[in-house]
Amino acid sequence: MKILTGNDLKSGAVTWWDGTDWSLHVEHAVDAGEHGEAIIAREQALQNVTGAYVVDAEKTATGVRPGHIKEQIRATGPTVRLDLSLKPADRDAGNWVI
Amino acid sequence: MYQYDTYDQAMVDARVADFRDQVRRRLDGSMTEEQFRPLRLMNGLYLQLHAYMLRVAIPYGTLNSAQMHVLGDIADKYDRGYGHFTTRQNIQYNWIKLEETPDILADLAKVEMHAIQTSGNCIRNISSDQYAGAAADELVDPRPYAELLRQWSTFHPEFNFLPRKFKIAVIASDTDRAAMRLHDIGIQIVKNAAGELGAAFYVGGGMGRTPMIAPLVRDFVPLDQFVTYAEAALRVYNRYGRRDNKYKARIKILVHELGKDEYTRQVEEEFAHLLTQNIEPPLAELERIKGFFADPAFDTAAPDALDRSDPDFALWLDNNVAAHKQPGYAIATISLKPTGGIPGDASADQIRLMADLAERYSFDEARVTHAQNIVLAHVRKADLYAIWQALDAAGLATPNLDLVTDIIACPGLDYCSLANARSIPVAQKIAQRFSDLGRQRELGELKLKISGCINACGHHHAGHIGILGVDRKGVENYQLLLGGSEGADTSLGQITGPGFDEDGIVDAVEKATNVYLGAKQGDERFLDTYRRIGMAPFKEAIYAKEPAHG
Repeated sequence: MKILTGNDLKSGAVTWWDGTDWSLHVEHAVDAGEHGEAIIAREQALQNVTGAYVVDAEKTATGVRPGHIKEQIRATGPTVRLDLSLKPADRDAGNWVI
Repeated sequence: MYQYDTYDQAMVDARVADFRDQVRRRLDGSMTEEQFRPLRLMNGLYLQLHAYMLRVAIPYGTLNSAQMHVLGDIADKYDRGYGHFTTRQNIQYNWIKLEETPDILADLAKVEMHAIQTSGNCIRNISSDQYAGAAADELVDPRPYAELLRQWSTFHPEFNFLPRKFKIAVIASDTDRAAMRLHDIGIQIVKNAAGELGAAFYVGGGMGRTPMIAPLVRDFVPLDQFVTYAEAALRVYNRYGRRDNKYKARIKILVHELGKDEYTRQVEEEFAHLLTQNIEPPLAELERIKGFFADPAFDTAAPDALDRSDPDFALWLDNNVAAHKQPGYAIATISLKPTGGIPGDASADQIRLMADLAERYSFDEARVTHAQNIVLAHVRKADLYAIWQALDAAGLATPNLDLVTDIIACPGLDYCSLANARSIPVAQKIAQRFSDLGRQRELGELKLKISGCINACGHHHAGHIGILGVDRKGVENYQLLLGGSEGADTSLGQITGPGFDEDGIVDAVEKATNVYLGAKQGDERFLDTYRRIGMAPFKEAIYAKEPAHG
């Protein structure tokens, strides 16, 4: 599946496209299919997100997981400061990359 | 230390106002990200892996306690309670909100600080020797020259859109503590045969994907011409640097492609022309600046004796305290490398504590080192025990300066959007593996440096042991380099061979140290032994097949 990630313009927080808005939680991410770039163009023009891009991901039994370690760390926060991470609802999220 | 005059302050205040307006326009949609990006970068604001990151300039790494307090307060008020000291002697914050950035810059401006030119293709923060003004081996304090260059390079209209970023270091001793020859321009203040001070120019060094050691292009430029010479060196680069290819745009490529002699010829020609233009700042300005860097009022009766009866204190003395030019004084380095910690990180409380110690015990001054530690440069020996006790209580008394656990590590893939692999966890695992201080001391000086990508922010090329993280088909992989050095004997590390996974690289480092201990002669450092015996024995041990079990 193809999911979308970017940063909230004001706060810089990592966000994920949930189909209607940008969520802080990767498990809310939806498959954008072939529409990723169009959604990004529209959403960036509306100032809802900045630095957005398309990410390969897979849907697992416990939720959506980005395919590459870079986006896995985006989703979970720095692996060396898990105390600062926005822990996703997926209780295994912090273990993806450790 | 230097204090702003009305021009400095007006420039910084104006920049805060400019940026506030730019942020407002970005947030209300009247400016696109494409338009805004170069403006935020000119103010040190990056968009990183998790959030905006703000890099604050600390000219030649020198801070007073008021400035350090503000740095700590920013960590608390606008970030998540900590800051990260960098290999460019700066500090950066990892969790910044765009809408709050103008307020942060305003807070910084109140204590004569800013984030100008900490990013972008311009002359970056000028670095220097963290022992400046305190070391017995320096000719003069190099910082007035660095400060003059800071003033010259700030908002320099000709050099605000260079082919690539540009880094300058200034030192004034033969013991290079600033990796001077790995800069775009390295300047060493020297004396000629007549006893006059001048500047030796090394041009075209750097790390990154194409590491090069800067060659000497001029061994003596009179001090009343040295800014002009820097201008000439930059002008040739600005004219002919490879703007067509980002990866070939640094000055090191130009010097390499032209050849040192041809590059030097062009600089000398430009220099001769510029001398007719009288662009050199008046020497009176240099003298004015020097006044800010005069020796503090040392206590000439300060005792030299030290009570070493506390063994932990004695260890710290032996590892982290260096000789000072003034009898009765010492230079103390505060390690930001606790075992298992994040190299270069300090909490807001730790930053404020270091500020208080600087104010009380070091003439209100601290230094950031390019190795991501903090220096109290002018400490009475009699005060060292009190300082150590305060540091120890705050987790800042790790006695490991220049030992294997005093690791330089870039933020890596934990924070950086450019990184290919994580650096910090590797540093933590190595620090854990070598946590026994006796073992560290047995290994002696061993500079280990880790970068999470080819950009080399962790200076891996210059590590006695260097580690480079790469992405191999989506998996983190770590290459090992041996034999790098950033000192007076600058050299570039060589890759041992195929890379390793995260645990494998820790094992490989340990094997390399075992080879050293087995082959070491006399007082040889790891680097000395490597240079004597070469790569082969290390390679053999590192890649030896494990014997089959059973």
